[in-house]
Amino acid sequence: MTNHWVDIKNADLILIMGGNAAEAHPCGFKWVTEAMEHRKAKLVVVDPRFTRSAAVADYYAPIRVGTDIAFLGGVINYLLSNNKIHLDYVKAYTNAPFVVKEGFDFKDGLFSGYDEAKRSYDKSTWGYEIGKDGYAVVDDTLQHPRCVFQLLKKHYSRYTPEMVSKICGTPKEQFLKVAEMIGSTSTPDRVMTILYALGWTQHSVGSQNIRTMAMIQLLLGNMGRQGGGVNALRGHANVQGITDMNAVAGVLPGYMLGPTDADPTREEYLAKRTPKPLRPNQMNFPQNFPKWHTSLMKAWYGNAATKDNDFAYDWLPKTHRAYDVLATFEYMFQGQMNGLIMTGFNPLAALPNKKKLGMALSKLKYLVIIDPLRTETAEFWKDFGEFNAVKPEDIKTEVIRLPSSCFAEEAGTYTNSGRVVQWKWAAADPPGEAKTDLEIVGTLFTRLREMYAKEGGKAPEPVLNLTWSYMNPAKPSPEEVLREINGRALADVVDPKDKTKVLVKAGEQMPGFGLLQDDGSTACGNWIYSGVWTQAGNNAARRDTSDPAGLGNYQNWGFAWPANRRVLYNRAGADPATGKPWDPKRAGIRWTGTAWAGNDVPDIAPGLGPDSGAGPFIMTPEGVARLFAPLLAEGPFPEHYEPFETPLAENPLHPGNKKVISNPVARVYKGDLEAFGKADQFPYAATTYRLVEHFHFWTKNVESTSIVQPAPFVEISEELAKEKGIRNGDMVKVRSNRGEIKAAAVVTKRIKTLDVAGKKVHTVGIPIHWGYVGVAKSGFLANSLTPYVADANSQTPEYKAFLVNIEKA
Amino acid sequence: MNAPMSRRQFFRICAAGMGSSSIVGLGMSPGAALAEVRAFKLARTTETRGTCPYCSVSCGVIMYTLGDKAKNVKSRIIHIEGDPDHPVNRGTLCPKGAGALDFVHSPNRLLHPEVREPGAKEWKRISWDEALTRIAKHMKADRDANFVEKNDKGVTVNRWPTTGVLVSSAITNEAGYLWVKAARGLGVVSLDTQARI
Repeated sequence: MTNHWVDIKNADLILIMGGNAAEAHPCGFKWVTEAMEHRKAKLVVVDPRFTRSAAVADYYAPIRVGTDIAFLGGVINYLLSNNKIHLDYVKAYTNAPFVVKEGFDFKDGLFSGYDEAKRSYDKSTWGYEIGKDGYAVVDDTLQHPRCVFQLLKKHYSRYTPEMVSKICGTPKEQFLKVAEMIGSTSTPDRVMTILYALGWTQHSVGSQNIRTMAMIQLLLGNMGRQGGGVNALRGHANVQGITDMNAVAGVLPGYMLGPTDADPTREEYLAKRTPKPLRPNQMNFPQNFPKWHTSLMKAWYGNAATKDNDFAYDWLPKTHRAYDVLATFEYMFQGQMNGLIMTGFNPLAALPNKKKLGMALSKLKYLVIIDPLRTETAEFWKDFGEFNAVKPEDIKTEVIRLPSSCFAEEAGTYTNSGRVVQWKWAAADPPGEAKTDLEIVGTLFTRLREMYAKEGGKAPEPVLNLTWSYMNPAKPSPEEVLREINGRALADVVDPKDKTKVLVKAGEQMPGFGLLQDDGSTACGNWIYSGVWTQAGNNAARRDTSDPAGLGNYQNWGFAWPANRRVLYNRAGADPATGKPWDPKRAGIRWTGTAWAGNDVPDIAPGLGPDSGAGPFIMTPEGVARLFAPLLAEGPFPEHYEPFETPLAENPLHPGNKKVISNPVARVYKGDLEAFGKADQFPYAATTYRLVEHFHFWTKNVESTSIVQPAPFVEISEELAKEKGIRNGDMVKVRSNRGEIKAAAVVTKRIKTLDVAGKKVHTVGIPIHWGYVGVAKSGFLANSLTPYVADANSQTPEYKAFLVNIEKA
Repeated sequence: MNAPMSRRQFFRICAAGMGSSSIVGLGMSPGAALAEVRAFKLARTTETRGTCPYCSVSCGVIMYTLGDKAKNVKSRIIHIEGDPDHPVNRGTLCPKGAGALDFVHSPNRLLHPEVREPGAKEWKRISWDEALTRIAKHMKADRDANFVEKNDKGVTVNRWPTTGVLVSSAITNEAGYLWVKAARGLGVVSLDTQARI
């Protein structure tokens, strides 16, 4: 979330799209009802199903699965055509005035530079025109034909209300009503927040779904404001924290892109990741990358990381291809992997195309499962009849299962999706012989380290030199680890303006990332968390409930990264020229004449006032937010592409061009392409989703939730039920080209048949929560059905739009 | 001082320092307490602040345990409810969080290390020492056999591409950080979490 849970109460309009907060995040959803009750805020829900969020909304519009960009692109067109944008904001805080290079083009659904064989773009034409002064050229009048504003207008002019209705199946009047409500927040005194979750990410165009919404929020001037922002509601209780720690292929803690084979030396590696400013007087904060990276290397390799060995740069593994979890299972499927170690993960249930996953796991030599609970993955080799028909004797994988503690039995921090890091305490010991995750990783690593010390082996240095100086190396305490994450000074850190002034003494905890150094004098395990455990102690454990401004920022409750900032980009919440908040009743920060101050930690250097020309988006080298973003794989402007399994024969925006029916740059492995189903055999659109009573594949092991929601079902419309002769409660078989499941049919008014491009499209809704290991009734894993294809940027699988057939079982 | 007294009050007074004999000596008898309604269980529990494990609203919870967390006492969690001080959930929990106690005490909790040998149909219980020895041996053998120090262009790449690590989004930041550190230190490149899915 750019903002945070309680801040939802400050909104005038709440859009829920690509999520269902009332069911999936009920206690956060309370802040939606709070805003409705006390601010008279309006709630709009756009979803393929009439969800429980929709049930309490002021307005609901249906949409076909996988067509969000078409809908949102239509909103952009509406805002631009009806002058419903916050023009001062757009001019000062976005790249709307920036002039794009000659040669950039968009034709027949493809941007300039497409390479069909590689399924990727040469992005060299997707950049700004650079002037003689070395900076990007801008046109403040927004009239230059190649300025971002004009290109944006042209790109989305095709997204007319008629086209939106044709693609999305949303009746035109309903689309227009939503667009009008969204447009009402373009004035400085009104703010909209958008809440989304997996309904936007789990598509082959997931990242671009979210980007389209971010562009809308920028056009409306809603970023950086209390009650605004783009807010990902997210999954697990610590999914934010584990993402921040970057247990993610190819990325180091604090979102630092890791080294690849193309970065043979530290010098080249740092140079590529340390951008030069694109406009004068910008903070260009990523210029500090060498400080963050060097401090990480000092945290990991201590005294063994020296200037002479390039701070142990060579000891970091380099990557030369994708290693995300889908790529990992593909390599496993191809027989290229021998081992897999997992903590609290059930990939057989959680990843797409169960059949392929089971075959992949069978090719491993060893599999290590660390979990508090039984899972399907741990028993992938067991015969569960129709749910998992395998022959154990043919599966040669050795599986070792270790019992771990659960949330109630371990201390440490979780980070909520509002970026607030909160300490929790252990209430009891783990049951039986179960151990905490810290003890398991500590014991395993120290054991391996001993073996390398005694027996030698391949490349022992990175293992033997990794810092592991915990009081009990086999059982590191969470306090020690959080202090390491925060970072400390290894030598005195002095004021660069007055070298006699010591700012942080050697051995002290760092006060924040602002003083990290690139010369090896500071260590920090994760720069964005710096400040979480300072000399003042454990800031994540703070429990001060005061909120003097009444905005719900709770500055002294826990610690929000970065720098305890509660609303990101909050400089943009104030007028560019005066520094006064756009809306004084919801003031984030304001310019006092000498410094930024207010109800939040300023997201800009405190002394950089309105006269400085410094933009509020300090993480970009241009200082402003990007309506035109050259980093994404599919292009600088989001374009609608159909899901990989679509009921349509063509992309209505580009009839005749078969190359752009679906995302032209998404990664499709051999065999997975053949496993896509076609509409003639699998005529119905399908989507998976979650219920309020269950959490993923986890609570089927929990008695109370299994009692209230005991058995699997699928939802279909009354119209489809009638066509197929299915009655409420009948057992049905749902098939995709990859597998089938059986479940009870719930015939409902909540899903409507839509008119799409002259065709009737029925939707089948599939809750995911069941499996054959648990205390709930056994069921099939829903991901037996889903396709093995993902978003081209995040590699998030397309669970929310695929094709099935359905019949009475 | 002959006012009726519950068992709980009686024990509280005892705990406050007076020996039971002296209470009787003062003319007080616990006899009447036998007819009292059952004591409110939570009153004698230890409260611990925590975070609900499910969605990323990350609601504050209070966990109530029997036992005072003394070294020789095995604590047992008997109740979990929303933390009224928590700024986000203000004491509320959803149906999932309200059932979190049943997760702690699920009959499907794993209690000891096990192995499933190649081709076997069942689990076999093993000790922690044996489990860790098996895992460490597998890891070292695979790493030593398949670790890539340099690529075909001679660039030092130090990667171990044949064993992957999946880190849960349900574990703490501290445990997650240490898994990442250990995995990268070993050269693991297949590293991921549920964030992507």
